[in-house]
Amino acid sequence: MFAFLLRRLGWAILTVWIVYTVTFFLMRSVPGGPFDGERQLPEEVERNLLEKYNLNDPVHIQYFNGIRDIVANPIGEKFGPSIRLADYNVDEVIAQGFPVSASLGIFAMVFALLLGMTSGVISAIKRNSALDVGFMAAATLGISVPSFVLASVAVIVFVFWIPIFPAAGWGELSQILLPALCLGAPFAGYIARLTRTGMLEVLGQDYIRTAYAKGLATRRVVVRHALRGAILPVVSYLGPAVAGILTGSLIVERIFYLPGMGSHFIEAALQRDYPLAMGMVLVYTCLLYVMNTLVDISYGVIDPRVKVE
Amino acid sequence: MSDVSDNAELPNQPVPDTGKRDLEYYARILEEARSIKGTSLWQDAWKQLKRNRAAMVSLVFLILLAVLAFFTPLLPLQSPIYQDIEQRQLSAPSFSAIPLYPESIFENDEQLPKLSNESEIASRKQEILVTTLWNNPGTVSQWLIKLRLSVFGTWSIPSLCGTDNLGRDVLSRVFWGARVSIIVGIVATFVSLLIGVSYGAISGFMGGKVDNIMMRIVDVIYSVPFIFVVIFMITIVKEDQISAVLEKWGIDQIKVFFIMIGMIYWLTMARVVRGQVISLKNEQFVEAARTIGASPTRIIFKHLIPNVMGIVIVYLTLTIPAVMRFEAFLSFLGLGVEAPDVSWGLLVNEGIQVITPIKTYGWLVLYPGLTLALTLFALSFLGDGLRDALDPKMKNK
Repeated sequence: MFAFLLRRLGWAILTVWIVYTVTFFLMRSVPGGPFDGERQLPEEVERNLLEKYNLNDPVHIQYFNGIRDIVANPIGEKFGPSIRLADYNVDEVIAQGFPVSASLGIFAMVFALLLGMTSGVISAIKRNSALDVGFMAAATLGISVPSFVLASVAVIVFVFWIPIFPAAGWGELSQILLPALCLGAPFAGYIARLTRTGMLEVLGQDYIRTAYAKGLATRRVVVRHALRGAILPVVSYLGPAVAGILTGSLIVERIFYLPGMGSHFIEAALQRDYPLAMGMVLVYTCLLYVMNTLVDISYGVIDPRVKVE
Repeated sequence: MSDVSDNAELPNQPVPDTGKRDLEYYARILEEARSIKGTSLWQDAWKQLKRNRAAMVSLVFLILLAVLAFFTPLLPLQSPIYQDIEQRQLSAPSFSAIPLYPESIFENDEQLPKLSNESEIASRKQEILVTTLWNNPGTVSQWLIKLRLSVFGTWSIPSLCGTDNLGRDVLSRVFWGARVSIIVGIVATFVSLLIGVSYGAISGFMGGKVDNIMMRIVDVIYSVPFIFVVIFMITIVKEDQISAVLEKWGIDQIKVFFIMIGMIYWLTMARVVRGQVISLKNEQFVEAARTIGASPTRIIFKHLIPNVMGIVIVYLTLTIPAVMRFEAFLSFLGLGVEAPDVSWGLLVNEGIQVITPIKTYGWLVLYPGLTLALTLFALSFLGDGLRDALDPKMKNK
């Protein structure tokens, strides 16, 4: 287990370094800097600005300085000041946006898991019934409708036509609910299909018949015996799902005007706010890596046959 | 299927003793073998697919969509780009007929008053129409538009889906957007196919260290949040200086965009193909080819790739909707297709932009969103059906 984590850490560092390098040179290969606006700045001012953001050094020095800052500085001062949000440090922007994005993502994930697994199990038990067909059609619809279409329609219907949700804002449960539902819907659909397939496979096996023969109630057989085996494909899907939720949050945060990381990131990339964009990309990379590792570990916990290596 | 009783009789034939009769005997067997018709994988798959009603309905829908998209210039639609802010801004869906263009469209032209010959005037008028009512159509489209003008004249379908904030007809824009969205889906998927299949095939065929390194690279790329890198790359390509350089090479933004999307979606394809190739390369027919002295390139491209085609097609039908969704996603963020080009994602985005607490213009979001959703829905149903038909082992997965 320890060796596994150590190796994972090694790969994580390598990945982060590659992402850093690629992002760095991608950003620097764009002609012009972040200060080439419509307004020509006086030379003096521009020089001072470049100095403030350490952009007047040669590129390779900037590259190594960036790495040094990230490795050596404590959390909170890793990325330096943001260019677009001039009064803030990049770390502060991330610290403000992260809780919003994280709670949105967690809500969406929980919703996707609850809805997806419940409907998947019901579909499998009542195979080929109207309920099954209905659930699976809804799941396919959920997978194929892009989240921004869903979110836009949801805004029109549930905010303007039938005003039961607030349009924007952050902090209350009613404000987080609608965006989380929109973000989670495609994943709920996918999880429902995976659960159904897994359940169908498991329900045909001998040990399930044994459990029934012992006289156990259907409910207990399904929850205790079948679900545990059926859930494995869902667990291995969680890795890609986390990546998808990260991507989807860009859209949902934009539509619902949520003050998360996603909206900052797009602006940062578009306006060439080098430090902010770099900070965002690295945070997202680490997040993805941590989640994937957690998924791999939990795989071993659920199925003792799988050795974590 | 062959008739077994026929074959069973063969050993009972008198054993041939001379070379000539031997030949005759073999000729007869050959003849018989030719008369037996097996079902190929593809025929079998087609049979299976025909039985799947949802997949067939989707297939018909998609073919219809493709045909309509191709012949969009010929359809009596309104102009997708002509703006009439004063009179038709954000008008709701209606059935009242609207002429294709107001007569005032010819007023500002300098050449028109100088012309006296009637046929010259007519051709000049047509030229004005083609350049102001449509966005830079290609040769085929221009030809179709001229045909449309001569067949339907100024008549056009009313704004059944309403108009947008610049007074443009939504129905027409949805149709023109279909062309872009579909082409993105096809071209980008083709790019990903090209990269994924060759990468996977080479990696699987070489095996050993090369395979190990190539797959490690895929692993690392997998754990990169690719969307962010893509957003960077797109902002770079959109930069004026860079796009000017690319333009010199004959690459416009939309082509770069296709290739970029294709370059993201090859990873899964590469993995799948590699797995398949590894299991295939120890088969006898590959060994036979190697014994005859076929080069590795020949073995990969002539023997292995045709055999992985089934699974590749399955992944293809799953990649196309993913790519289309990604295009819509990027266009929605303002990073993809740019005005005056249209795509479905862009249309939805335009619809969202004009939503205010005072008034929502539902049709602006609804129609493009609905078409996009229906198309993706059909594609995923067709993909599922094809997977069941081509790869029975993966059924219901």
